[in-house]
Amino acid sequence: MIRLYNYTLSGNCYKVRLLLDFLQLEYDTVAVDFFPGREQETPEFLALNPLGQIPVLEEGDLRLRDAQAILCYLAKRHDAAGTWLPQDPAAFGQVMMWLSFAGTALVPASAARMHDAFGAELDIDLARANAHAAFAILDDHLAEQHIQGRSWLVGAAPTIADVACFPHVALSGDGGIGQERYPSLRIWQKAFRRLPGFGAVSGVPEFV
Amino acid sequence: MTITSDTVALNQWFPVAYAGQVKPGGRLETMLLGQALTLTADPDGKVSVHLQDGTAMPTKEAFTLVFTTLGDAPRPMPVIAEFDEADRRVINCGSVGVQTSPCRIVENFLDMAHFCFVHTDILGAVEETEVLKYRTELREDVDEIWATDCKFFQPAASQSAREASAGQLTDYIYRITTPFSVMLYKTAMGYADRLDAICLFIQPRTETDCIAYMPMALLDDVSSTTSMIDFQQTIFLQDRIILENQRPRLLPIAPRAEMPTRADLSSVAYRRWLKSKGLRFGLLTEDAA
Repeated sequence: MIRLYNYTLSGNCYKVRLLLDFLQLEYDTVAVDFFPGREQETPEFLALNPLGQIPVLEEGDLRLRDAQAILCYLAKRHDAAGTWLPQDPAAFGQVMMWLSFAGTALVPASAARMHDAFGAELDIDLARANAHAAFAILDDHLAEQHIQGRSWLVGAAPTIADVACFPHVALSGDGGIGQERYPSLRIWQKAFRRLPGFGAVSGVPEFV
Repeated sequence: MTITSDTVALNQWFPVAYAGQVKPGGRLETMLLGQALTLTADPDGKVSVHLQDGTAMPTKEAFTLVFTTLGDAPRPMPVIAEFDEADRRVINCGSVGVQTSPCRIVENFLDMAHFCFVHTDILGAVEETEVLKYRTELREDVDEIWATDCKFFQPAASQSAREASAGQLTDYIYRITTPFSVMLYKTAMGYADRLDAICLFIQPRTETDCIAYMPMALLDDVSSTTSMIDFQQTIFLQDRIILENQRPRLLPIAPRAEMPTRADLSSVAYRRWLKSKGLRFGLLTEDAA
């Protein structure tokens, strides 16, 4: 059985839950009191992940941290059709590129949300500016894809690149980041919401 | 930001942190009614509140929160006996920032009509949208507004109800304990004659920038503390997106500014009560606070 150490409102945990649901996989969750309990900083949790971050996923003897790494594992292990993580070298490289983008360039959007909703101390103006810069890159890329008749970040079908990028974008309103300037980003989120198995989380606007 | 001149707002006790937020030996800079405050915790974790010039402010700990007041004659803290009952699970859900008026947050907490649409499949179902008739009263002995005889069908009224997969007609009693705090009593899973107590205390940093705290005293021997916090935070983050999009951010107090329906009886009583107190802070009135 798959076991996910989970905090419902975490964008990174949401990435993993989305793919688990898209793949129709059964899983158990272990609720982590990320806020206000800061359970991820306790010795017990640090034994699971020395970085003190969620999510952590276990299956059999395997234990993985990092949402992007977990997405790769789940796709490779459980997606028999191989569409969520394409093996074609060029497509594989592009998926990795956007996974990395989700784990770096989109983090400021998540940070702004942590600031506004949960009182994290950081430079909120800088976080929002960096989030907008990342959103502009995503929006430009999706506009090009749309011109080519494609709705997704890589190729013609959804991949784990889309799954990795969706949560921090969709939850950005919670961090005071508007998406008025990014029409292609909004169209992409609407398409994402229609994927079979999609579930929203608090903060994902209904109109997306 | 400068401190408000509204003496009604000044003469209240407000939360400024949740228990454990300021680590022993640590400090926290915060704001209340436009007044910058510094919180420090001694090695035992006991929190002190100071103005920037070093003036010590009165401090109380209650309901898992740290309270202070900027007024000379503050309204007494509400009495909420459930927090002292030995078999209750007293739970601190942390705090959530909300960019709106504290009075908008109180009103949203009172509202049952939004359950089906904002908390779909949890606190309401789209097939059962009717807000049945309920009663409101001003209880003069404690100067609180109460709304009683409230009932609403809920697919998952609480974490314990969710685990039992039992939709239920939930009884509610609402209690507006101060202009900036409100609580509810609702059916507790497995208890015929006792109710869960869920509170909302608001720290207005400014008129439209608040921190909301949700301490609870629940009857639940089943759910983990983490899952009960998760449930409450999920609900509040659903409210937050609606709250932050309400315009105007300040709560209009003029009778015809926002048209109420029968379901809004409690908010009508709340607005009248605020007006009778002469409150201006957080309200859209002719003269700003």
